Amino acid sequence: MTVRTLTLDGEPVSAREDETILDLCREHGVPLPTLCHLEGLSAVGACRLCLVEVKGSPRLQPACTLRAEEGMEITTSSDRLRRYRRQLVELLLAERSHVCAVCVANGRCELQEVAAAVGVDHVRYPYRHPVTALDASHPRFVLDQGRCILCTRCVRVCDEIEGAHTWDVAGRGAGARVVSDLASPWGRSDSCTACGKCVQVCPTGALFEQLQPAGGGVKRREFLTFRTRAREQGPWGR
Amino acid sequence: MSQRLVIDPVTRIEGHARITIQLGDDGEVADARFHVTEFRGFERFCEGRSFRELPAITSRICGICPVSHELASARACDALLAVDVPDAAKALRKLVNLAQLVQSHALSFFHLSSPDWILGYDSDPARRNVLGLAEARPELARQGIRLRQWGQQVIEAVAGRRVHPGWAVPGGVARPLSAAARERILAGLPEALATARQTLGWFAGTAADHQEEARVFGNFPSLFMAMVGPEGELEHTDGKLRFVDERGAVLADQVEPRDHRAWIGEAVEPWSYLKFPYYLKHGYPGGLYRVGPLARLNCCARAGTPLADEALAGFRQLGRGAVLSSFHAHHARLVEILYAVERIEQLLADPGILSDEVCAVALRSRRRAVGACEAPRGTLFHDYEVDRDGLVERVDLLIATGQNNLAMNRTVAQIARHYLSGQRLEEGLLNRVEAGIRAFDPCLSCSTHAAGKMAMVVELLGGQGELLDAATR
Repeated sequence: MTVRTLTLDGEPVSAREDETILDLCREHGVPLPTLCHLEGLSAVGACRLCLVEVKGSPRLQPACTLRAEEGMEITTSSDRLRRYRRQLVELLLAERSHVCAVCVANGRCELQEVAAAVGVDHVRYPYRHPVTALDASHPRFVLDQGRCILCTRCVRVCDEIEGAHTWDVAGRGAGARVVSDLASPWGRSDSCTACGKCVQVCPTGALFEQLQPAGGGVKRREFLTFRTRAREQGPWGR
Repeated sequence: MSQRLVIDPVTRIEGHARITIQLGDDGEVADARFHVTEFRGFERFCEGRSFRELPAITSRICGICPVSHELASARACDALLAVDVPDAAKALRKLVNLAQLVQSHALSFFHLSSPDWILGYDSDPARRNVLGLAEARPELARQGIRLRQWGQQVIEAVAGRRVHPGWAVPGGVARPLSAAARERILAGLPEALATARQTLGWFAGTAADHQEEARVFGNFPSLFMAMVGPEGELEHTDGKLRFVDERGAVLADQVEPRDHRAWIGEAVEPWSYLKFPYYLKHGYPGGLYRVGPLARLNCCARAGTPLADEALAGFRQLGRGAVLSSFHAHHARLVEILYAVERIEQLLADPGILSDEVCAVALRSRRRAVGACEAPRGTLFHDYEVDRDGLVERVDLLIATGQNNLAMNRTVAQIARHYLSGQRLEEGLLNRVEAGIRAFDPCLSCSTHAAGKMAMVVELLGGQGELLDAATR
């Protein structure tokens, strides 16, 4: 395996060829906010929070999908990046209806954590508050589109780990929504195995268990660690 | 020519109000109206949510009594699930409701109302508040603040947070009580009990000084409604409804809260966002009834704890049949605080309260349900209808202050008749109108589910509706 050498915020670092810039940041303790990324699932670069500057390139690139290359000079934090990250989170908060006080994820919400980390103390954009219906047709789980940030973790975990591919994204732009099967009520889905993995990986309160009270949503993600380990060490990787 | 007086806004109450005093052609008070001018629409934005979220959402109606809304809501949700809540959860809900009663009554009595008696109705309004009280009677102020603090600490020890705990859930409560939390509550209990006894003794002893208020502040015959236990004892969480008349005779007993619509009608008036509930059989406005501490003590056969039973016997001396003056609600609050502290001790003495079985798990089984409890200000109803998936289709909240609405109007008219002279709003009148309203401890954010700050506006209007005088606090 070839080893690549590059600089990360001015510090020389080395990377394996399969490593991404985000892997390197995590390895070297460089803080980088993420929302769509989750260890154990494929990377899609959807939330754009991990954007970094690459010297010589006019475009910002998401660290989660950017492979480490020989001689790269990466900047993870600059005024521009900090401004963009804050704007991104403000836009996420303005896009749907995030009412923390009565949310099941309150206190354990990754959107809340990231908002605090990037310094969101208020939102400068008008809240859109789109009319979104709750899908409570499933006997165990509820989908609240008002809290969805379209990170697609649910789509990926259902496809890549459970193998059911119940979830997908329908529509475009601000009208995009995660849908079960072909946009039929979740409770009537033929493909859903009711495993609940989507609920466990959801970073906000968009997917939650019926029985969880506000602020009581605890995520159990051990299955992702088992799966990642088995894939790296064992014979049943895909 | 008739005239109208307006007091706007009303101070030291929970919410924002305006009072209009209407004079007749003879210059005498013809009518008085307590307007609630705000609107929040809580019932609408619960629609479409899962019923399981309602205890958390509806508790946000009020920061003073979030526990009452949470409990009434959780009880309605229990009924939607059609489950029997585990005994430990029932006991813990009772305990938290009583703690909330202590803190809210302490706030009303010590912080909001006692400055009127200690400093005098006609003293400088800038000093007639809890800070002035702390200067004039530091020990009383300290005791009041400590008592309220203990009530809040009990809520925190059991439910995890003082305000909006998110702890009562459909089927029970989210967490069992720890032995350490029980000890923390018990540690503060003797002081709370001593304060309750001492304050009650002092206030009962000043009855002779308050004869005028007792005669004028909402002193009229009416019906009363409150929740009682199976034997008519005082009960704030798990009881059924009883109506009594002005003689104290029971009109209806052990009425299921879910049938309340068969007993209570609601009239609407164009000048207020509050609705006007009345006892259906007696019609509107003849079916005027009052709820709250005064009504609870008038309705119950006994308190059910030794010291409170003694205090109740003393309280009953204030009237023949039912105690009719709303001024005596202050006295009633102190009796209830005493009861609550004693009852909390009883509940904690049962080892079963530490059980870790505190929630019944079930799917939605009913489409419509009602939950009720006694909030500090009176009986609170949450009435829900949900669809097959448990999404809320209709929320109807019947709030204590709303039920006292007619009685508050009549109180203002009574006080204005007694104290108004000429066509000017004198300070003495304003102060007494406010104090009369305050005896009901109204919570307007709850009753309209309205946002607002504590404020009072009073207007004096002539017979043609012309403004003669206005005063703002």
